[in-house]
Amino acid sequence: MDATESVAPEIRVRDLHVILEKREILKGISVEIPKNRITAIIGPSGCGKSTLLRCINRMIDLVEGASVTGEVLIGNVDALSPGIELTELRRRVGMISQTPNPLPMSIFDNIAFGPRIHGERDSKTLDATVSRCLKTVGLWNEVHERLYDPAAKLSIGQQQRLCLARALAMEPEVLLCDEITSALDPISAKHIESELLAIKNEYTIIFVTHILRQARRIADHVIFLYLGELVESGPAAEIFSSPKDPRTKEYLEGVFG
Amino acid sequence: MVRQKGIISRRYRDLIAERAVLIPAILVSVILIAMVIVFLDKASPIFITQPITTLLFSSSWHPLSGQFGFFPFISGTVWVTLLAMGITIPISILSAVYLAEYAHRRVRGVAQPLIDLLAGIPSVVFGLFGILLIVPLIKEQIAPLAGVNSSGYCVLAGGLVLAIMVFPIVISISYEVIRAVPTEMREAALALGATRWETVKFVVLRKALTGIIAAIILGFSRAFGETMAVLMVVGNVPIVPQSVFDPAYPIPALIANNYGEMMSIPAYDSALMFAALILFVIVVAFNILARIVLVRVYRKGV
Repeated sequence: MDATESVAPEIRVRDLHVILEKREILKGISVEIPKNRITAIIGPSGCGKSTLLRCINRMIDLVEGASVTGEVLIGNVDALSPGIELTELRRRVGMISQTPNPLPMSIFDNIAFGPRIHGERDSKTLDATVSRCLKTVGLWNEVHERLYDPAAKLSIGQQQRLCLARALAMEPEVLLCDEITSALDPISAKHIESELLAIKNEYTIIFVTHILRQARRIADHVIFLYLGELVESGPAAEIFSSPKDPRTKEYLEGVFG
Repeated sequence: MVRQKGIISRRYRDLIAERAVLIPAILVSVILIAMVIVFLDKASPIFITQPITTLLFSSSWHPLSGQFGFFPFISGTVWVTLLAMGITIPISILSAVYLAEYAHRRVRGVAQPLIDLLAGIPSVVFGLFGILLIVPLIKEQIAPLAGVNSSGYCVLAGGLVLAIMVFPIVISISYEVIRAVPTEMREAALALGATRWETVKFVVLRKALTGIIAAIILGFSRAFGETMAVLMVVGNVPIVPQSVFDPAYPIPALIANNYGEMMSIPAYDSALMFAALILFVIVVAFNILARIVLVRVYRKGV
C-alpha cells in the first residue's frame, strides 16, 4: 500500500470552509485524494464527512443557506468555481447515497438514465452500457431476464448495486460513496465492498464510513475528520498502525465515536 | 385471569370496530344503487314515447310536442367539460410544479392559502365573476379577434369559469403529491447530472403521475356536475354547439332550470330524470376510464 504515495493526486481540497446557518461544519480542510485508490473518510457522526463528500460534486448546493469557500480541484478544474457546468461535473463525479434510491423506472432505464440525459441516443450503445455496468456490479445474472421490470421491485441490496451500476454508466472519474452499505444486510454489504475493490484501479473512490473495520478492509488511504477539522490523513496502513495524532489513536481504539 | 379477560374484551372491541367501519361503507353503496333505481323508475315513462337512441342522439328538443332529443345537452356538457379540462390540466400541473419545486418558501407561504381559499369559494360567486368579466371579455375582445359574433354567453365562458373553479382543487392535490416524492429520488437524478427540469420531467412527475391523475379525476368529477356557475354564463340554448363561441346547455343546467316549472308538459318530469341518469352515467364512465388509466400506470411500476 506504500504505492499510494507515488500516485498523482486526483482531487486537491484547499482550505474548504462550509458554514450552515452560522455553524461551521467544515473548518478549513486541506487534503489530497489519490487517483484510482479507495480513500475512506472516517470520523464520528456529525464531523462533516458527508458534507465534504457533497462539496466534491456540489450537491451541497441543494442545502439552503450553506456557504462554501475554498477550492476543490478535480484534475485542474475547481468544482467550487461558480461558472462550472454542474451537469458535466456530476457526470465526472458519480455519487451513491446511503439508502438505495432507484429512479421510478425500469432497471434498464435506471442505468440508461445518465447516458441518455448526457446525450447518448444510440440504442445499441445503451444496451451495451447497461449490460456492461450490470456485469461489473455482478447483477447481470440476477436481472438480465427482467431488465424492463421496475427497479423498485429489486431487493435493497440489489437496488444499491443498481445504483452503483447507474453511476458507472456515466463513465465517471470519481465515485463518491456515502455510507453506502449502512442500509444493507451483511452479505449485500460484502458484495458492494468486493465490487469496489474490483473496480478501484479505474476509479478514484471516496468512501465515507463510520465502520472502522470496513475502512480497514478496503481503504488504501484514510482521512480522519473530527468536529469539522482534518485531524490526519495518509496511507491506510500508516494511519491504522501508527496514528500520529492522539485523537486518531483514541478514535481507532474506540475511546469515542 | 386478568390477562384472559383483557384479551376477550380487546377481541370484542375489534369486532365492533370492524362492524362500525363496514356499516357506513355499505350505506354509501346502497345510496348509489338506490339513486340508479329511482332514476330508472322515474325516467321509465320517457322510454315508452321514444326509443333510447332517439333520446340520446336526436337534436330536436321540443317538449311541447313530446320530442326529447338530449344530444344538445350531452354535447353541451362534453364541450364545456373538455374545454375546461384542456385549460385546467396544463395550468394546474405547471403551477403545482412551480410551487413544489421552484418557488421560494415565502412565495409558497402566500400562494398556498390563496389556492385553498379559491377552492372554497361558492360556485355562484364564480358565476358572477364570469358574467361581470369573462362574458364581456369574450363578447368584446376574444370573439371579434377570432372574427365571430358572440353574445359572450357561450361554451368558452362556461369552460373558463369551470376551469377557474376546478384548478384550485387540482393544484392543491397535485402540489401535495409532488411534495411527497422522496427527496432522495430528486437527488439521485441531480447527482447523475440531470438539470432541474430533467429531474422534474423524468423523475418527479413520473413518480407523482398516479397522484396527479387522481387529482384530475377528483377535479373533473366536480366539473361534470357543476351547475350554478356554468349555468350563469353558458347561454342555455338547446343547440349542438358548433364552436366555442356558441351557447350551450349542459345537463346540470337543464335540470336546475326546469325542474318543478314545466311539469304541465307530459313526460317532462321523466325527461329530466333521464337527464340526471345520463349525467350519472357520464360521470361513472369517466371515473371507470380514469381508473383504467391509473391501473395501467401502476402496472408500469412507477
